[in-house]
Amino acid sequence: MSISPPPLVLDEITKRYRPESAPVLDRLQLQLPAGEYLAIMGESGSGKSTLLNLIAGLDRPDSGRVVFEGSDLARLDDDAVTRWRRASIGFVFQAFHVLPYLTVLQNVALPLDLLGVRDPQRQQRVLQLLEACGIAALAPRYARELSGGELQRIAIARALVHRPRLVLADEPTGNLDARTAQQILRLLREQLHANAANAILITHSVAAARTADRILQLEGGQLQPATVAAATQAPP
Amino acid sequence: MNRNDCAHGAWIAWRTLTRSQLREHPMQLLATVTAIALGVALGTAVYLVNSAALDEFDQAIRRLVGAADIVIRGPPEGFDEALFLSLARQPVVSAASPVLELELTLAGQHPPLKLLGLDPFRAGALQPALMGEIGADVKRLFARDTIILSRTAAQELRLQRGDALPIIVGGAPKSLRVIDILSDSVYPEPLGIMDIATAQWSLERIGRLNRIDLRLRPGTNLEALRADLAAALPPGVVAVTPAIERGRAVTATRAYRVNLNMLALVALMTGAFLVFSTQSLAVLRRRAVLGLLRALGVTRSQLQCALLGEGAAIGVAGSVLGALMGAVVAALVLRYLGSDLGNRALAAMSPVFAVQPLPTAAFVLIGTGVACLGAWIPASEAAQRAPALAMKAGDAEPALSRLSTTLPGLALIAAGAAFAWLPPVGGLPLAGYLAIAALLAGAVLLIPTLMRWVTGTATRSGRAPLDTAVAQLQGSAAISTISLAAIVVSFSLMVAMAIMVHSFRNSFDLWLVKLLPADLQLRLSIGSDTGALSVDQQSRIVALPGVARAEFRRVRQVWLRADRAPVALIARGLNPLRAADSLPLVREVLQDAPAGTQPAWISESLQDLYGYQPGNRLQLPLGGRIQSLFVAGVWRDFVRPAGAIVIARADYIAATGDGSANEGSIWRRPQTSSAALEAAIRASLNIGDALELIGSEQLRERSLMLFDRAFAITYALEGIAVAIGLLGVGVAASSSALARRAQFGMLRHIGMLRRQVLAMLAIEGVIMSTLSVIYGLLLGTALSLILVYVINRQSFNWSIDLAVPWRQLGALSMALIAASALTALWSGRAAMSQDAVRAVREDW
Repeated sequence: MSISPPPLVLDEITKRYRPESAPVLDRLQLQLPAGEYLAIMGESGSGKSTLLNLIAGLDRPDSGRVVFEGSDLARLDDDAVTRWRRASIGFVFQAFHVLPYLTVLQNVALPLDLLGVRDPQRQQRVLQLLEACGIAALAPRYARELSGGELQRIAIARALVHRPRLVLADEPTGNLDARTAQQILRLLREQLHANAANAILITHSVAAARTADRILQLEGGQLQPATVAAATQAPP
Repeated sequence: MNRNDCAHGAWIAWRTLTRSQLREHPMQLLATVTAIALGVALGTAVYLVNSAALDEFDQAIRRLVGAADIVIRGPPEGFDEALFLSLARQPVVSAASPVLELELTLAGQHPPLKLLGLDPFRAGALQPALMGEIGADVKRLFARDTIILSRTAAQELRLQRGDALPIIVGGAPKSLRVIDILSDSVYPEPLGIMDIATAQWSLERIGRLNRIDLRLRPGTNLEALRADLAAALPPGVVAVTPAIERGRAVTATRAYRVNLNMLALVALMTGAFLVFSTQSLAVLRRRAVLGLLRALGVTRSQLQCALLGEGAAIGVAGSVLGALMGAVVAALVLRYLGSDLGNRALAAMSPVFAVQPLPTAAFVLIGTGVACLGAWIPASEAAQRAPALAMKAGDAEPALSRLSTTLPGLALIAAGAAFAWLPPVGGLPLAGYLAIAALLAGAVLLIPTLMRWVTGTATRSGRAPLDTAVAQLQGSAAISTISLAAIVVSFSLMVAMAIMVHSFRNSFDLWLVKLLPADLQLRLSIGSDTGALSVDQQSRIVALPGVARAEFRRVRQVWLRADRAPVALIARGLNPLRAADSLPLVREVLQDAPAGTQPAWISESLQDLYGYQPGNRLQLPLGGRIQSLFVAGVWRDFVRPAGAIVIARADYIAATGDGSANEGSIWRRPQTSSAALEAAIRASLNIGDALELIGSEQLRERSLMLFDRAFAITYALEGIAVAIGLLGVGVAASSSALARRAQFGMLRHIGMLRRQVLAMLAIEGVIMSTLSVIYGLLLGTALSLILVYVINRQSFNWSIDLAVPWRQLGALSMALIAASALTALWSGRAAMSQDAVRAVREDW
């Protein structure tokens, strides 16, 4: 039995906001094993979102390497990183960022459209995700007509529709009530599992973090095991 | 809540909103203020320039008419001076002054000079302003062939006291001696004053007058006397009041001035659309802030007042700035370009710029009102929204659902079509303007329906930028209306104006070709009364070896009605059975003139102003008698707005015995050059430069050049309206792109390349502008029909044939599409200048 290499490796990552300031990420190390759902917690300003941006190739480290499935992102130009992100990454945002002038179906189909997936595969895959996320009935409706919980379900469907290898979720329940938040987290975990995707969840919420396989704390520019109890238990 | 609390709340809301607008979007505010300023500036400038000209005309007419209560006017050849004696003896007349008022034909290439032949002893009582400076030393006027000039006449003719003024009387040159020059204040325009007896002698009008000024005893019923006189005066002699005299200059140019003001109003209304657009987008952008203010306790009416206050502030700032700009522009135009604004009838000699507080304040009020109107719909919408909904992201489209009104749009278009059939009001095409306003408003209201229909029919291409752009437009039809309204309005008006001006130019060109069939055109200065070629001189021209054929015309003025300007009578060689060969006929009666009548062809202006129709009888005062004419046809005339009548020259000579001519057409023999023929004609007549000889092609080119100059101001005003429209597109695109920057950030996150986002924006821009262009072309063509067949016809009383400048419109359309796509791209680039990470952090 062979052990597959970790798809994501962060090697000695350092990042400063300004050259003279203290590093927000300081020689940070991370290996994300295949299939893992990782939660990263930390105080405001600790660099959680900066870390997410570096992983997504939206920002570049001052030193160190972000290696995804053997490729150093620093070696790719902006177009190549964008194409990589298009195919490999799914995003879930705190503010949903669902386009209000597109229908639910069109919103979810957007990553497939960018990848050039044509009907009937496109339609089939979108409907499959909508069904799985419990929003099939909303398919023809415009996003602006929907509630926060429904919008985040759309965002999750959109994040997974193109079968990314990594989903980055930045405070996905930050704008939701506790009950809806729990439903969304459960859905996210189920869909990650169903689509065999890795995930990194950035959150302030202990309850949200507990849905992950592993929890790390970002503190002083380094990732450390979190002190949250029962971190690896199954989601509620 | 008392009234003070209410006002205070609105003030706090207004201050909060306006501060944030000023701080965050100063350029958009500036663009909107500028748009209103341009509209107000145009209106103010046109008004002030026109007023300066009309004030000068009014002053001139007041000086000419003086203290007369009634002015008796006759044709240029005049009436027997015995009429003066009989009128002066009337018991109701307290003072009477005989006058010979003529347009002197000057030697050299000068326009004619207005001449008053006055009895100095009588005129002192009636024209004290004119005669005051001549003073007691009137005897100097009695010397033979002497004239006194106004300052502007002396300047224009470059003459000083003691110089000779060469003139043409009949077909012969003559000279008058300038004995004095009046000061500037006496009379603002070119004028010559002679003693009446001297004038009668020198100008071969012995025993003739053509004007008598009457002052009546107090208590005389003016209108009753005027009616009595109308019945008693000889044919072709009319009694007019000074008010009619003064009103004539105003009336003659009113349609042109109203049209200029309408163009300024178009620019202002385009500015209003821009205010609407800016305020609507500002309300969308700040809907969370508005919701917050409502949540904090600002009432609906306070919020509405605050947002209307924003519009009013834009209006006041723009209007005050515009009024100042307008005054400066008017002063510069009057100083460097003159007062005509493309219409020679408005060309004053020395117009004086004067700021007019009340009309200027009215323009400021109109500008402010228009800006408030533009802000009203978004303000009402914002006030009606529930605070919770207003604060929710992405609810912009429903907030504008009120705009998606297909039925009101169709109703307005139907109303516009109906208005187009209504007659003019007071000689002005007011219903035509209403028709244009209704069609524009209706067409704007139909934009959301059109947008949904067009984008709804689009099929998926599988290309993300294209499909996303189409979906974006489909889902934001009402918002797109805001962006499109200003450009559809201004572009359609530009199209309408381009079609109208092209149609007019085309018709004018064809008209010139029809009226100028000969090789050479000959005339003594237009509108002059004293110069004419005698029968002998005409014979000399015909006898020249290079002349293959010559046709002479006698053009003079006749009075048909006291309350209208005199009309032109054109006596010319014409075969009554083949009038269409010589005249640009638009209607014709295919029957011979009944016995006892002579055939006449009237211009469209005469038909409209006097109500004559083909087949009617027209009573023409000619040679001291009434000639009965049969209206055999109606012809198109672009030169004489007061109307013109063409009769056969043989009929004219038979009626008057006047065989002289002041215009002619000459066909040369093939072997003779134009230059040689011109020299031969001048040598045979010996009247120097007073005779204008010009090749027909040269005259046509000169006429078209004057035409283009006349419409330059129209193009300038329309260009400004389109610039305002494009400014609107720029502002809308910029606002929209800024509002969507979080979307762009998200699209970049999920893998859309930067250039794909820009391509998406460019595609949106191209789709929107292509729709605007197609819609604007259709709407503009509909508007052009109203301009051509309603507004032009009712304003100027002449018809033109529709002709579409396809190439010009094509180039304009392509330029607009390119400009819109570039604007969208530029706005997108600006919106994406911040990184995708920051963009998605902004809540929207």
